[in-house]
Amino acid sequence: MTFQAIVFYSFAAWLIFAAIMVISSKNSVKAALFLVLTFASASAIWLLLEAEFLAISLIVVYVGAVMVLLLFVVMMLDVDYAALRQGFVKKLPIALIIAIAFFVVLYSFLTHGEFSAEKFAEPAAKAADYSNIKALGRVIYTEYFIAFEIAAVILLVAIIAAISLTFRGRRNRKSQNISKQLAANKKNRLKIVKVDPVVSANETSDELAVNQSEKQS
Amino acid sequence: MNESMNFSLITSEIFLLCALCVIMIVDLFQRDKERVLTFTLTQASLIVLFVLGFNSLGAERIISFDGHWVTDELATVLKLSIYAITFLALFYARSFISHRNLMRGEYYLLTLFSVLGMMIMVSANSFLVVYLGLELLSLSLYALVALQRDSSVASESAVKYFVMGGLASGFILYGVSLIYGATGSLLIADVAKHFSENSIGLVGQFGLVFIVIGLSFKFGAVPFHMWLPDIYHGAPSSITAFIASVPKIAAFGMTMRLLSEAFGQSISQWASMILIVALLSVILGNVIAVSQNNLKRLLAYSAIAHIGYFLLGVVPGTQESFSAAMYYIIVYALMTLAGFGIVIFMSSENKEYQKVTDLRGLGRYHPWYALLFSIVMISMAGIPPFIGFWPKLEIFRNLIINGYVVEAIVAIAFSVVGLFYYLRVVKEMYFAEAVDAPEISSSRSLKIAISVNCLLLLFLGLLPDSIYQYCLTAFNLMG
Amino acid sequence: MNGSEIATIDWWAWIETSFWIVFKIVLILLPLILAVAYTTYAERKIIGYMQLRLGPNRVGPKGWLQPIADTVKLIMKEIVVPKGSSKTLFVIAPVLFIGPSFAAWAVVPFDAGMVLADVNAGLLYVLAMTSIGVYGVIIAGWASNSKYAFLGAMRSAAQIVSYELAMGFALVGVLMCAQSMNLGEIVEAQSGGVLNWFFIPLFPLLIVYWISGVAETNRAPFDMAEGESEIVAGFHVEYGGMAFSLFFLAEYANMILISFLTALMFCGGWLSPFQGMGVLEDITAWVPGTIWLLVKASFFLFCLLWIRATFPRFRYDQIMRLGWKIFIPVTLVWLPLLAVWIKAGVWPFN
Repeated sequence: MTFQAIVFYSFAAWLIFAAIMVISSKNSVKAALFLVLTFASASAIWLLLEAEFLAISLIVVYVGAVMVLLLFVVMMLDVDYAALRQGFVKKLPIALIIAIAFFVVLYSFLTHGEFSAEKFAEPAAKAADYSNIKALGRVIYTEYFIAFEIAAVILLVAIIAAISLTFRGRRNRKSQNISKQLAANKKNRLKIVKVDPVVSANETSDELAVNQSEKQS
Repeated sequence: MNESMNFSLITSEIFLLCALCVIMIVDLFQRDKERVLTFTLTQASLIVLFVLGFNSLGAERIISFDGHWVTDELATVLKLSIYAITFLALFYARSFISHRNLMRGEYYLLTLFSVLGMMIMVSANSFLVVYLGLELLSLSLYALVALQRDSSVASESAVKYFVMGGLASGFILYGVSLIYGATGSLLIADVAKHFSENSIGLVGQFGLVFIVIGLSFKFGAVPFHMWLPDIYHGAPSSITAFIASVPKIAAFGMTMRLLSEAFGQSISQWASMILIVALLSVILGNVIAVSQNNLKRLLAYSAIAHIGYFLLGVVPGTQESFSAAMYYIIVYALMTLAGFGIVIFMSSENKEYQKVTDLRGLGRYHPWYALLFSIVMISMAGIPPFIGFWPKLEIFRNLIINGYVVEAIVAIAFSVVGLFYYLRVVKEMYFAEAVDAPEISSSRSLKIAISVNCLLLLFLGLLPDSIYQYCLTAFNLMG
Repeated sequence: MNGSEIATIDWWAWIETSFWIVFKIVLILLPLILAVAYTTYAERKIIGYMQLRLGPNRVGPKGWLQPIADTVKLIMKEIVVPKGSSKTLFVIAPVLFIGPSFAAWAVVPFDAGMVLADVNAGLLYVLAMTSIGVYGVIIAGWASNSKYAFLGAMRSAAQIVSYELAMGFALVGVLMCAQSMNLGEIVEAQSGGVLNWFFIPLFPLLIVYWISGVAETNRAPFDMAEGESEIVAGFHVEYGGMAFSLFFLAEYANMILISFLTALMFCGGWLSPFQGMGVLEDITAWVPGTIWLLVKASFFLFCLLWIRATFPRFRYDQIMRLGWKIFIPVTLVWLPLLAVWIKAGVWPFN
């Protein structure tokens, strides 16, 4: 067994363990954290395949952003897991059969399909200065150009949809106008007024009081 | 012919995207509550698209963008019908949405985005692009259904639509990934070539099953129909009219690309699946529709039945039957639009039209509209001389030619059942005793739109070749 | 030669390489921890002088031993795990926070070729590591079973996700100029004197990156996650002793990291500012590159402390506004401009 194989199997084992924990963990926050671990192990396996750009993108996008927001939501929700688990045992046999069927299909993928070992030769090791970022960029902007652009349009629709579903326009309430607040400066807020000294500096407060009482009387 | 980056082939798509960006910016600065400018620009861009599409009719089939894109007669004809019916649907929507606090620029934007998604679906030549077009369409539609935020029914149906649509997309995607595994390519041409040289195999069969299930989900065919009535019922009527009609045309395009072009060699594998789904839809849709009192739900179940007939047209797998199915789906879209147009028409500012019985007295007090609505219903039932009859006839003819005699008889029998509930609506309009006159407070544009739409059903029925010839040329059947 | 022999040879080579890697890691981490200790000292001194105080001056000559004393104190203290907290996560959180902030140093080059891991996607790796760090904060806040801690965690999550976008866009500018994601190559692309450094064409991006960096490290004026005056100490309110010191260590390690990265990506890294300037270049030729890098990084580190002493804490909505409505649009405008600039081949891209 080579070193790479050891690394692969350990990360694969981690991945499977974490994936199982995602669905069997009692606490939804812990389940989400195990999902993070799943992503991290998957990313490690990609690194092993020399797909470092994809691996790190997985970390940046899924671990760094998507899962953070998911955790954000999960932590605020009070999910009743007991209710969700009802019928687990009853449905387990069917679920197992489906899972095994899927496994068989995926396994025959590797033995019979276009990606079987005899048809899909092991790719040669890349040169040290090979950059798969450049390779990926080249393919995306030539062969998959149209798909890539459509994906961008889909994201635009997602933005428009999200905003139109949540933004409720101006409401009549007292709210802070931040740009107005930030635009405030010393000139508008602070006025330095030259006040003529009413009392000279050497007069004591006692004398002042006396003076005032004299004026009043 | 195969070309790589030829941007002139996606002129319409580029134009629509640019128009969308312009409309988005223009709408941002509009103070007008009625959004007249947004509406005008939207309709104008649809007209320009129609002209662009009309000019490219009869062009030769070109595959471009490294095999991911195809421009052929099928795509052009489908796109033209998409533009035309969307154009009409937006006229229906205008007064309806302005009464319901839906008059926002996003309504038009999302509609146009879904049109873009449909254009991509019918022109896609790879599984990847088909899927992306489908997602673009679905995402816009989910948002459209959810646009009425204060209505709990609309929100509920939006969530249902989203979940079921996501499930269906998942099925299709899983099927596509299996096909990719079996063939090693995402391009439809490559997949077709692979399956013409090799047997389909276990993985390919699994992939095909997933794709068929996903498509049935998207069409709302039995047994994957349960989401459809709820969503048609819950969504704002103008949006129901849109999602019930136009996307089906695009879905037909997708079906053609996936099943006929990619799996043309393994037709025996999918035809039987489609046949079961289609017959179940015809039977169940017609039977359940009989017991519906809500016109929107009635139309939803009738839509399921219509999808069944349409799928029966796909089953024989000949070019002729495909063109009959295409004829059916375009006519179906036109009729459904008119059907939900009735619902929009009868809804006023503060009243949501619901029950079939609400139509009582229409024949006495508003004979013109009663006549128009009768045309819609009779056309849907498939009685000559209205347009609904001809595509049905073509489909049954194709079934019988190709030896599906029993199936054709079953379908005809259940279209007699369908006659019952369509005519019940007509009966309510003319013969039921009215408590008081139904009020009509629709705007003029809506009155014109529904008159045009309903009369089209009559005139096109008198000239059945008008649409059918395009469907035939789409499949190279016109000499 | 049979299989077992190959395996033995492999194992020896493997042990040797791993020894060297561990040695290099120690060589990076030990000075880093020392630097963290004395950054705290510098911070207290600098802010002290800025506020007309003396700062620490009791322990050792001029207070030099203060950080050591603090460390000893923190190590001796007991770690209290709050009741009702999630114990495993409570203990793991500080580790998750400090892990990425140390791991990011793997790709930081200290001189030409002086780098632990010469990764092609180094830039992306750094971005990934800084974004993983937020898990420590979130988990700490959640596991503590405390309202203040939870509020701090929520604030931090939202803040880091928002500023990561701006930061990522700023890094795209660097990538466009350098045509590489490898930090070493990015520095090499800036060679040729101070006028060739990226801070000139990328000035708006430098500002965006620098401020986002301050926000990512949860430093004042962006320390919403801690916010002593609002939510006591935010996400680490329940932590004490060694567990707290891990958070502390990671925060300062992150500060130093951001300073180093800014120096590397925008200010020529280990390159001398006098390259190609005749006499000046000859006079300063003896200065090793690492020193230049340290000088530049120290400047940015000083700025961090300076900012902390100068500005009051932002309000939360202002932070979100700055991130989404100012930084992201600025970068979005600058990137196309930059693309045109580079394609046009005008100075300095000729």
